[in-house]
Amino acid sequence: MTKNVLAYSVSLLILAGAVLLGVTVGTVSISPVVLWNPSADEAAANILWNIRMPRVILAGLVGAALAIAGAAFQGLLKNPLADPYTLGVSSGASVGAVMTLFFGISIPFLGPFTLPVMSMIGALLTMLAVMSFAKLVDRSMKMETVILTGIIFSSFLGSIISLMIALTGEELRQIIGWLLGSVSMRGWPYVRMALPFVLIGSFVLWLKRRELNAMLFGEERAQHLGVDVKKSKMTILIGGSVLTGAAVSVSGTIGFVGLVVPHMTRLLWGSDHRHVLPLSFINGAALLIVCDLVSRTIISPTELPIGVITAFIGAPVFAFIFFRQRKGGA
Amino acid sequence: MLEIKGLTGGYGDQDIVKDVSFTVDKGSILGILGPNGSGKSTLMKLISGVLPAAKGDVRIDGVSVADFPAKDLARKMAVLPQLHAHAFAHTVRETISLGRYPHQSGWFSSWSEEDEQAVLQAMRLMDISHYEKTQIDRMSGGEQQRVFVAQALAQDAGILLLDEPTNHLDINHQKELLDTIKKQAIEKDLTIVSIFHDINLASMYCDQLLLLDRGQVVRIGEPHEVVREQDIETVYHTRVSNHPHPELPKPQITLLPGIEREADFHTIRAEEFQISKDMVLYESPIPLKTVSSAVVNAGSGWFRNFMNRHVDAFYNINDSVQEMSDFIELSGLKTTDTVGMMTAVQTQDAIIKEYLGPFGSVVIAVTAGVGNGVDVSKAVERTLRVGTINTWILVNGVLSDEAFIQAMITATEAKTKALQQEQVKDPLTGTIATGTSTDSCLVAATQQGEQLPYAGPITELGKLIGVGVFECTIEALKLYQQAKAKSI
Repeated sequence: MTKNVLAYSVSLLILAGAVLLGVTVGTVSISPVVLWNPSADEAAANILWNIRMPRVILAGLVGAALAIAGAAFQGLLKNPLADPYTLGVSSGASVGAVMTLFFGISIPFLGPFTLPVMSMIGALLTMLAVMSFAKLVDRSMKMETVILTGIIFSSFLGSIISLMIALTGEELRQIIGWLLGSVSMRGWPYVRMALPFVLIGSFVLWLKRRELNAMLFGEERAQHLGVDVKKSKMTILIGGSVLTGAAVSVSGTIGFVGLVVPHMTRLLWGSDHRHVLPLSFINGAALLIVCDLVSRTIISPTELPIGVITAFIGAPVFAFIFFRQRKGGA
Repeated sequence: MLEIKGLTGGYGDQDIVKDVSFTVDKGSILGILGPNGSGKSTLMKLISGVLPAAKGDVRIDGVSVADFPAKDLARKMAVLPQLHAHAFAHTVRETISLGRYPHQSGWFSSWSEEDEQAVLQAMRLMDISHYEKTQIDRMSGGEQQRVFVAQALAQDAGILLLDEPTNHLDINHQKELLDTIKKQAIEKDLTIVSIFHDINLASMYCDQLLLLDRGQVVRIGEPHEVVREQDIETVYHTRVSNHPHPELPKPQITLLPGIEREADFHTIRAEEFQISKDMVLYESPIPLKTVSSAVVNAGSGWFRNFMNRHVDAFYNINDSVQEMSDFIELSGLKTTDTVGMMTAVQTQDAIIKEYLGPFGSVVIAVTAGVGNGVDVSKAVERTLRVGTINTWILVNGVLSDEAFIQAMITATEAKTKALQQEQVKDPLTGTIATGTSTDSCLVAATQQGEQLPYAGPITELGKLIGVGVFECTIEALKLYQQAKAKSI
């Protein structure tokens, strides 16, 4: 019990610290006082609440969504190399987004939100296609079948993206920038758009925490233990896909978070999904907020794509924890 | 109660299990036996519902398994599969706690006292409480197996399906595990179905056995009805020999290896016997199958050395077996390889003769002293007195179990006839003695050469034994009388 209290306390503290740094540090330094006393500095409060806060929250939501979806997929697929992008949902989302940029699509009343909406539609269509195809191939939907179907769809959709990149002219920079991922200049509307999907998706996955634990021992074993394997599998796949679609559509394909945060969490706090899921959620949010902070401050005023930074910071941190764990023995 | 009716099914269109029916009552264990690929595990999967049945029905207390939702079924039936997969590290406790999954419900359901007790008890039963915090991927195969059995026990279901529960376990833990399971079956009235590779273990622990071959039931019933040489040999395509368990009324089988280093052919000869004032000793280059009533290594077994030791008439040692064993070791022989007898008679007076028959030969060795001749038909109070007739029958041939017993009978009859002929009397009753109070007999055979299934008086072997023992005993008695006359 004490170990769990410690795990949640440490994780929440880090998240709080990340949020605080995220809203105060930048081209303009803002005193934290402005957080609870906006009248102290009206201009700073304006930057904090209208630019930095939505950006930090969006980064947090995206990081949390990718991390919890990654944790659930790794558990479900019993594959430590699985991540939210394994099923091809992100490729679908990317196709939607790149298509919008390539053809310069703008749906009238959506305006600037055409891109995330198109991206979300791409994600959901891909999810449906992957599931249906997998079910068509193998009625019991074995995990190997699902993974392979995901790979088939990913590569196919990936080639469409490559085709559009190859044929594009001036939108190239925009497309590449989107693919590398960013949470800059999104504002509150994007937060409002992503929030319900992230909350519902995460809650659905959390409901399946015990089933995920059982399924780590194999689908057959899970069935022996009383898990309705088919139903749980579908629920987890859909929950994870919704989270992934939501994250990719608002921020592009940000790598590494969904793969590595669950592993870091497991190494530090054990692999019980009752805790791996919520802790990955918190840690993923914290990591992406920090990465975003670095991406916009390290060579300020130029902003780096966040996807570059996640791996740049995440990989050494992961390597350190991995090394400590294996050498430490416990 | 678990009822299986006409269960048929397999993978795809191919039926691996065909029309299997049986019933297991509460509190009893059914063992499933069968060679590799006979469909044992498939049958388990059909029963547990992991594999849908093509035909037939599995019923728990009259309700079809197909009608249970997954969670309800898991409260009724726990399964221990053969292979265990785990992708990420779990502690022993986390793993066993999963067994409580079917007992938890609702979104936020928490761990109850009942859950906690079930987990603690399962860990205690499997003797893994001290591993509670250990990661299972760092444990040996046998320890992991115990963790998964504990997981199944924690599930607290009335029916247990076990696929080779003793996989990876050493003999101590095999016994402990099966003892525990049997005890649970009796105390908690569990219904247990278990696959076994080890026919002997299955025979010892199961109330019923089912022999499966190519997906079909060959035989079902109590162990003695199923573990029979004929059936086991047909199903497993291997030679076995059936024999009783030394302590339990359960049949056991022994493998008869197909390949064995060809032992040198040996013929027992009378002149190979070493006679000294301390003993008569026969050292065989090959082990002989032996049945005897000796002091050391009595009963049946395979031995190389045969010792008939001379001891003083006043030899009186409480632990004569230990003393005799020490003596054998001192003589430079191994106790594990030697049958040892004693006699107060001068061993130089031993009569050793070879008798030839159409099948081969028999060597008879007799030492006789009749200071305490006894007429067994007169049951009178006796004090122990010195005197022994030790009879050895060493046969060059292959004896059956019956032949060993018949050889003993024939030898005893011939000995009695010799005593009658020599008018040896029971000093207490004054009637003709039938033997002495401490006679020993030994029958040993090379188990090479001719098959000799019987050794009664009408067989060639029986005739040789009868005549041989009679002659040798008479000669030995005469030498004994002479020696006694000289000493007086």
